[in-house]
Amino acid sequence: MVRIYIDQKPYDVKPGKNLLETCLTLGLDLPYFCWHPAMGSVGACRQCAVKVFKDENDRTGRLVMACMEGVRDNMYLSVNDPTAHDFRSQNIEWLMSNHPHDCAVCDEGGSCHLQDMTVMTGHAYRRYRYPKRTYQNQYLGPFLHHEMNRCIQCYRCVRFYKDYAGGKDLDVFAAHNHVYFGREKDGVLENEFSGNLAEVCPTGVFTDKTLREHYTRKWDMTMAPSICQHCSLGCNIIAGERYGALRQITNRFNGAVNGYFICDRGRYGYEFVNDPDRVKQPAVRAENDGGNLFESISSILAEGKMIGIGSPRASLEANFALRRLVGEEHFYQGIPENEARLMSKILSIQLSGHVYTPPLKETEYADVVLVLGEDPTNSAPRLALALRQAVRTKPLEDMAGSNIPLWHDAAVRELIQDDKGALFMAYPVHTKLDELAYGTLHAAPEDIARFGFAIAHYIDSNAPVPESMDAQALESAKHIADLLQKAERPLIVSGTTLFNEDIIQAAYQIGRALEKGEKKAGLSFVMPECNSAGLAMMQAPSLHAAMKAAEGGTFATAVILENDLYRRAARAEVDNFFRAFKNIIVLDHLQNDTTSKATVLIPAATFAEGEGTLVNNELRAQRFFQVFMPKNEHIRESWRWLDEFGQFRLGTMPGDLRELDNLVEELVGAMPQFKGVESAAPSADFRINGQRIPREPHRFSGRTAILANVAVSEPKPPQDTDSPLSFTMEGYRGMPPAPLTPFYWSPGWNSGQSVHKYQSEAGGPLRGGDPGVRLAGEGLFSVNGAPSHIPAAFKRQEQAMALVPLAHIFGSDELSVHSPSVEGRSPRPYIALGSRDAERLQAVEGDILQMRIAGQVFDLPLILKNELPEGLAGLPYNLPSMSGIAWPAQGVLTKTGL
Amino acid sequence: METPLTQHISFDRPCYSLRDYEKNGGYQALRKALSLSPENITNIVQASDLKGRGGAGFNTGMKWSFVPMNGHYPVKYLIANADEMEPGTFKDRMLMEGNPHQLIEGMIISAFAIQANISYIFLRWAYKKAGRLLKHAMDEAYAAGYLGKNILGTGYNLEMYLHTGVGRYICGEETALLNALEGKRATPRAKPPFPQVSGLFGKPTIVNNVETLCNIPHIINNGPDWFKSLGKGNDAGTKIYGVSGRVKRPGLWELPMGVSMRELIDDCAGGMANGYGFRGALPGGASTDFLVKEHLDINLDYKSVAAAGSRLGTGTMIILDDHTCPVGFVHNLEHFFAQESCGWCTPCREGLPWTEKILLSIERGEGKPEDLDLLDMHTRFLGPGNTFCALAPGAMEPLQSALKYFREDFEKHIDQKKCPWR
Repeated sequence: MVRIYIDQKPYDVKPGKNLLETCLTLGLDLPYFCWHPAMGSVGACRQCAVKVFKDENDRTGRLVMACMEGVRDNMYLSVNDPTAHDFRSQNIEWLMSNHPHDCAVCDEGGSCHLQDMTVMTGHAYRRYRYPKRTYQNQYLGPFLHHEMNRCIQCYRCVRFYKDYAGGKDLDVFAAHNHVYFGREKDGVLENEFSGNLAEVCPTGVFTDKTLREHYTRKWDMTMAPSICQHCSLGCNIIAGERYGALRQITNRFNGAVNGYFICDRGRYGYEFVNDPDRVKQPAVRAENDGGNLFESISSILAEGKMIGIGSPRASLEANFALRRLVGEEHFYQGIPENEARLMSKILSIQLSGHVYTPPLKETEYADVVLVLGEDPTNSAPRLALALRQAVRTKPLEDMAGSNIPLWHDAAVRELIQDDKGALFMAYPVHTKLDELAYGTLHAAPEDIARFGFAIAHYIDSNAPVPESMDAQALESAKHIADLLQKAERPLIVSGTTLFNEDIIQAAYQIGRALEKGEKKAGLSFVMPECNSAGLAMMQAPSLHAAMKAAEGGTFATAVILENDLYRRAARAEVDNFFRAFKNIIVLDHLQNDTTSKATVLIPAATFAEGEGTLVNNELRAQRFFQVFMPKNEHIRESWRWLDEFGQFRLGTMPGDLRELDNLVEELVGAMPQFKGVESAAPSADFRINGQRIPREPHRFSGRTAILANVAVSEPKPPQDTDSPLSFTMEGYRGMPPAPLTPFYWSPGWNSGQSVHKYQSEAGGPLRGGDPGVRLAGEGLFSVNGAPSHIPAAFKRQEQAMALVPLAHIFGSDELSVHSPSVEGRSPRPYIALGSRDAERLQAVEGDILQMRIAGQVFDLPLILKNELPEGLAGLPYNLPSMSGIAWPAQGVLTKTGL
Repeated sequence: METPLTQHISFDRPCYSLRDYEKNGGYQALRKALSLSPENITNIVQASDLKGRGGAGFNTGMKWSFVPMNGHYPVKYLIANADEMEPGTFKDRMLMEGNPHQLIEGMIISAFAIQANISYIFLRWAYKKAGRLLKHAMDEAYAAGYLGKNILGTGYNLEMYLHTGVGRYICGEETALLNALEGKRATPRAKPPFPQVSGLFGKPTIVNNVETLCNIPHIINNGPDWFKSLGKGNDAGTKIYGVSGRVKRPGLWELPMGVSMRELIDDCAGGMANGYGFRGALPGGASTDFLVKEHLDINLDYKSVAAAGSRLGTGTMIILDDHTCPVGFVHNLEHFFAQESCGWCTPCREGLPWTEKILLSIERGEGKPEDLDLLDMHTRFLGPGNTFCALAPGAMEPLQSALKYFREDFEKHIDQKKCPWR
């Protein structure tokens, strides 16, 4: 700690920080624009001016930009100095000289950093009396609206988009007071993290275009802390609602997981909640219909044995409620056999004690990264953003002697230039991270696994070596092995994306080889869905096992939880499965092929309409909270429905329904591997000064009028029995515990920039610790001692093509494609071939090829990916029209006469 | 009176070829320098008290001494700043067109002193003739073994590249120049870190003005004491002084450092043109404060000009005569500065266009009394340290001094609602 004096008051502060972050950490209000806690200082906006004095007797001092000056022991400075104050206010007047007077119609109004800073500096009257500068706006695609006239040229957008996220199609053009931030010409912003611009931009230049479609001010939204549903990383989000529609997703800071940024799938995938195709009311097919839903269900439930099919996109609570309803032995994971095996393997590795699974944010500090068989940009996008930072780790460490502080972003970038730490990418086709990679391998999954085994062998000669590998590959493996061994924090990324168990085993083998006592290599696994890990931890058999069990009509009733089985297995298999039951109860929120088979269809709540817990890929249990009580009373959490069914079955009438906390308690009691889930968030009876935490900001408007079209008297607000949050604007106004923070707001800080008030230090972890509990999976798995099976090298087959699934950030996720914006960015179905295979078929790009896969026929246009090994074809994974392929797959390819 | 810089320059004939330059003692300084240790050269230059001729006036040898010489930096750069874009300044052009080998020799010695193996000449785009001559001279120097590998058998290597900018004033700022050279936007960099430690491509780099570098061979040949003896008063060496504006003979002269303003205007430039009177002068380019009649007898060295409230800058003077409207004069300058702002920091990007608009409206007779307060505010808040680089503070120098010395002219515009000169 060093001692500094601010306006004559002494403070003990952390050394190595700049004055701006220090002041913010101390709770002092100092305005800024260009500085960003994740991106550091560049000194462009000149807003954070303070006075620094030579010593305690110096009364003159000099103005400095707080973001560009490090703290020094015995430093004297003043934030309130009149010159500094006047300069800050003048700076705002300069910015305002061209800023339009359009707050009232600006999407940013009410959560605008520029507004907040303007008020903070006291600038009120604009003396500039000349015409303002104006710009042409651009079309930037479905995610962002562009309004350049509002720009205050803080350069944050290009610094995030280009420098931080690696985007290529946004830049700053022109010069002097005409600088322009946009694309070279109108067009869709290509980077997968573009939506963060809406939060990075301190004013309304880049705003959320989907919010604009159903606009609501921040202060008018009912908000809740939530967890992203669209991949396995579990990024923390804030979801906002008004008038029964989900309006917006913004990043919720979690210092261990997503930090300040989320991907565009996570930000824009929410609109499935508002989909007109929602299941809106319980429906019972005529032949089962007893006239009354509850009677019908009661009679169905009483009728023989039930089988339960869980889901990796449903909460732990929902899966557990189903397991309890049907009984442990009749509960199955709703995922294919292959996927279940991969998941079980991954869990056993994660819990083996031989490797370390770093939290997402920690992967940014890996100094050597090996990615085996994953394309994180598409399968776990936020991880790709983290790996983009990881390649800077080594150069940043190397510059330790330069006296350049790490927060000095511009100087750091000038010094390290294009230096990169080692990142190796092994995937069948080019990935976006290849551009940062020190080396790449484009090979079949088998060969990627073999490459991994070879690396393991060069680290630990006891590990077996793959036979007949070519010398060049071995040389490369040896080199990587060498770098991994020298690394301080090596990281190996693999996962389920290619459905190849050997790749996972190879990753483990490398991790084992690198293990040195307490020091363990980092292993990050990408999983298919938001609760894949939670479901796998329940250790139930797979969907295919369920199919087998259902043969011969053992079960009268199947209960399918939030799962479209037609996306999990071939159509014929699923049809056959459904034929085995008299009753098919389906709980889901969107209509799909499985709901169309239901004899009883139950409208389930989405993540926005209910509470639950998800376990992410690092086994972090995180709670998401109900954002709003749906107007449609039929829409309820699956776990609530299932609990109710259980009561019917026992003959008790609903009335004594369980609350979420009871269910979690039972879950942990029944399955000790989930110990810790109960502390993922404070329980429902948590209060501060006897008060709940309001989901609505204190400026929430229209409370008395919002339902006046229904009845003029103000209805009682809905009661939340499952969480300490309230559906009102009344309640505790201070800072709630991190897992319960529904929005960021602090006096004078209306925009999301107020997050620093919630952090233990500016940019640091949230007060009271970052949310989520890492599950130790107590007593769950024994150490994986199975000897390594090294697969044979990939060989082209004469008759069939081997197929690899290629993940797509937009398209491969079941729910997000229901958002029109995301759907618009999804690829059309295609087949990718290398040049040799295309030549053999005499096909050129765009030709329609016919692919037959286990009875399914797809006519697909050809895309050439020359790096694909001969005999291997790539298909986009899980597009709505291409699901139900059992991976890994093979297919017969012909050129059609079309 | 010795004129080392221009002794071989004559525009009555083509500039010296390598052979002619060698015949007249060219590259002797290089031969001598290569026999000295790099540190020794830096010490000599530091002892000579040569100050940067680009405008800032920092001791050149001291600047070099900040370059790490411990062998940890295999790549270092030397850059000649030939992006001469200061309005009223054309001295470097004369040096490059008049004797390109003098610059090249100075650069090789300087690069050797900091042990740089790569050097660049960052040349103003519009200097086509200088570019042609430099390219030719570089080819000659390469052919003669003064550039390239193993220079004169000493084992020292130096590559030299000619880089032409696209004509932005800000590229004269050494760190913006580095960014431009890297292919990035010509935005200045924050200092620290200084280029001597983290410069071009993050490597130790020295950027020196053309005139500064042209002095180096002569200092090596004749020693620091000789160089010091050239100056008249506070500063060492000679300086290329210039005068533009309504004088009888505008031009450039190599004179001892510290010549008086009156000598320069009356003796060299022949005094004011017939019918024109002297009102003031910007002594060293557009970004320096006005000096007026009362200053005519000051010596043009760094310290004396600073004491008079201005800066020697580039030493090339722009005269304001009594037939020219000072408001229009300053408006023209502010138009230039506003246009040349890189757009990086707020005060410069937004403040300069505002001052330009105010000055234009005053010049058009649309000014208001409170406009003068706004101009005063800008001169105060666009000062050094408040903006990211020195462009805006420089832009405020002619404005603040015009407001001081010619305030009644501004007031007349506002009172009469027109420009009294029109």
